[in-house]
Amino acid sequence: MTDMSMSPIGKPLLRREDQRFLTGAGQYTDDISLAGQTAGVFLRSPHAHARIRSIKLDRAREAPGVVAIFTGADLAEAKVGGLPCGWLINNKDGTPMKEPPHPALAQGKVRYVGDQVALVVAENAWQARDACELIEVDYEVLPAVADTATAAGAASLVHDDVPGNVCYDWGHGDKAAVDAAFGGAAHITKLSFVNNRLVPNAMEPRAAIASYTKHDDSYTLHVANQNPHVERLLMCAFVLGLPESKVRVIAPDVGGGFGSKIFLYAEDVALVWASKRVGRPIKWTAERSESFLSDAHGRDHVTTAEMAMDKDGNFLALKVATTANMGAYLSTFASCVPTILYATLLSGQYKTPAVYAEVKAVFTNTAPVDAYRGAGRPEATYLVERIVEQCAREMKLDPAEIRRRNFIKTFPYATPVGLTYDVGDYDATLTKAIKLADVAGFAARKAASAAKGKKRGLGYSCYIEACGIAPSNVAGALGARAGLFEAGEIRVHPTGTVTVFTGSHSHGQGHETTFAQVVAAKLGIPVENVEIVHGDTGRILFGMGTYGSRSLAVGGTAIVKAVDKVIAKGKKIAAHLLEASDTDIVFENGEFKVAGTDKKVPWGSVTLTAYVPHNYPLDKLEPGLNENAFYDPANFTFPAGSYVCEVEVDPRTGQVEICSFTAVDDFGNIVNPMIVEGQVHGGIAQGIGQALLENCVYDKQTGQLLSGSYMDYAMPRADDLPSFKVDTCATPCSHNPLGVKGCGEAGAIGAPPALINAITDALGVRDLPMPATPETVWRVAQGA
Amino acid sequence: MTVSVTMTVNGKSVSATIDARTLLVQFIRENLQLTGTHVGCDTAQCGACTIHMNGRAVKACSMLAVQAEGASITTIEGLPGRDGKMHPMQEAFRDCHGLQCGFCTTGMVMAACQLVADNPKPSEAEIRAGLDGNICRCTGYHNIVRAVAQAAAQM
Repeated sequence: MTDMSMSPIGKPLLRREDQRFLTGAGQYTDDISLAGQTAGVFLRSPHAHARIRSIKLDRAREAPGVVAIFTGADLAEAKVGGLPCGWLINNKDGTPMKEPPHPALAQGKVRYVGDQVALVVAENAWQARDACELIEVDYEVLPAVADTATAAGAASLVHDDVPGNVCYDWGHGDKAAVDAAFGGAAHITKLSFVNNRLVPNAMEPRAAIASYTKHDDSYTLHVANQNPHVERLLMCAFVLGLPESKVRVIAPDVGGGFGSKIFLYAEDVALVWASKRVGRPIKWTAERSESFLSDAHGRDHVTTAEMAMDKDGNFLALKVATTANMGAYLSTFASCVPTILYATLLSGQYKTPAVYAEVKAVFTNTAPVDAYRGAGRPEATYLVERIVEQCAREMKLDPAEIRRRNFIKTFPYATPVGLTYDVGDYDATLTKAIKLADVAGFAARKAASAAKGKKRGLGYSCYIEACGIAPSNVAGALGARAGLFEAGEIRVHPTGTVTVFTGSHSHGQGHETTFAQVVAAKLGIPVENVEIVHGDTGRILFGMGTYGSRSLAVGGTAIVKAVDKVIAKGKKIAAHLLEASDTDIVFENGEFKVAGTDKKVPWGSVTLTAYVPHNYPLDKLEPGLNENAFYDPANFTFPAGSYVCEVEVDPRTGQVEICSFTAVDDFGNIVNPMIVEGQVHGGIAQGIGQALLENCVYDKQTGQLLSGSYMDYAMPRADDLPSFKVDTCATPCSHNPLGVKGCGEAGAIGAPPALINAITDALGVRDLPMPATPETVWRVAQGA
Repeated sequence: MTVSVTMTVNGKSVSATIDARTLLVQFIRENLQLTGTHVGCDTAQCGACTIHMNGRAVKACSMLAVQAEGASITTIEGLPGRDGKMHPMQEAFRDCHGLQCGFCTTGMVMAACQLVADNPKPSEAEIRAGLDGNICRCTGYHNIVRAVAQAAAQM
């Protein structure tokens, strides 16, 4: 056993990556300049839906500094493929979803404002932008479909070969069991709501530099991306038809992702293809207004939910109907977000015996919609926790009590929607949250608020999520077209220092610190002796990247498995040095020992021997100490928690003040509590953003984006938010060696219903749309 | 149209002939290769490009380089002391985990220095109001607010 008091596991070590970020030495994609680099600018559609009659490039081609201009016709002629979707969803009748072509540059039609029409390459970005102004596109404007609720069956078709604009019509769960339970229910609670559309808004806009090397016919793409190996795989295998050995994808420092940098984007493909034609590197960096138009958006569901209960408030069945907006094209993982990542979470923390969900995915003339922090689980949690709170109100039960009455209490627990929760203790997190939030003192605070004409409310949210989506074979049976494992490599150097190569990617999560803590603890060496390398297909064996709060649970486990292989080989070397059997060798605190004796050899001697194999069993053991491992999880992990939000509403102005926000999460074991708390803070802020401020709005008639800048889209700022009270409980995950679950998305999943439950409690109303802006709250408070 | 500009950046005099429409932030990033100053938006809303000009925090994306003619500019690269030690505000951001992806951080630090210079003992509410011009998407501001309070106590 490692001496845990010395172990860096569980310690709030400061982050090693901060030195470069704090001094301006970070290297984000736009900070990189390559010799001979040109600038790429995309001409984008000003129309939501139009037929392209013609594109005239003559004047633009003659503009100063222009190197080349490419359109969809060039890509079609070169037989460049469309962008693939990574998950097949089948309709209720067993037929496959509609997957219309998604060209990297528009061909024939544009389908949303911001759709790429041409790529202009010039000596600098101004010249490219100036040339864009000289391109004459003759558009035949067509009616736009821009409203989620009415897209299905709309007169206008986004894709001519997708009848009714329906991508798929999917069902999940036991409909007959649900119908039977509703027939025998004592009470049914029904809610309808919209899960508002959001723009992820990582602070670093998307950026890419594509370059081509003629002598070996190879490409390098620097790109702000969360999973460079997946980017390379999709681009090579499905779009450009290139061997992966000829394409290197580097995701350097990346300024936030939140899901939006998972995907293979049209710009990346067009730039890589064009870099060979141009023969020089091409850099493209999105302006923020471009990010609003062209980054994959999140959420955008319209839902009706009904809960059947017995007379005591026990849940009998949940019935859900959702329409989910896919946007104009299927983005990389768009199809699985409102299905596999949504309907499977509708049990929440409750033993509801039967659940049935129908999800209709629709195409609209809006930007593609895909995974955004939480991806399906925030939508599921908002539904479950809003209706559970409403159930409590209608049954005249305390909202904490109705939750406890229905909590799952024995594990493992197989839900009616296909997941098996391995561990959890929902009572414990709720009890701790109630204490931390001082719910006992709420009545007095409410009275004090009332005395000054304010309305105080309390809202709960007991979320569960599924992280580290797995295993690959099960996901494959459900339509996944990718593996869901992770890879790691441990390169031990002769002097005993270690370089770790991980397929996970950090874009703010602090992997360089957390992963070093894990490896240092396992090997009993100083954290400073462990270096973490990520984000480069040229250096890392493989990787599926970072999304779905999977990095430590899946990527960290791959690293642990590789460390175990290193230790196993180290034991053989030590056994030789100690003239013992390798089965008698134990590894403790950085020393190999013969069990039960005082004979031992330190880590550094074994590592040196591996590379200077003079006294070494060369006849039966290879020299060197370098191991890799792939890890495919046996199950998801299931972080869960209880959030309590207390608000004070001024009914005269609609202003909502968050008086306190309390979060108690169960992430299993925790490696670096400082980093975990930071992840929770950030998630809660995004959740509060969704509930109170953020809204991506398209004009329903024209499909124009109305919230296309930070002056129209309200990002949470420091004075919009309170300080948070956060704490944890731990039921360690049962199926990974670290006992960890994942913490990156919890806040964004758990926070919105806590907010809206608190405001509706304060106002004594049933319905309140997100975002609950002062105007919306005022109207609801006035009954207007 | 090209123009020539001269200014002092991080204590060194710099001159260049540039396109007249060059923004100050582009001059800093592209001409001087000081890439610690970032561009997060195009409407002067996010503050990632915050620098100090003649001792005041300004957003370098919303002014032309020629408007900084003769000015004294400090960027994040010029914030540490001559001994190379980080400024107390930088140290406090590290101590308090006031950054995650790091992209907004340099502008946030420059703005926070101004905040504390103007108000040496800010309350939590004053810190939050004072950071209103800078957007962070990662931290939820909780630890940034702690960092500014800690730095204020030390500066």
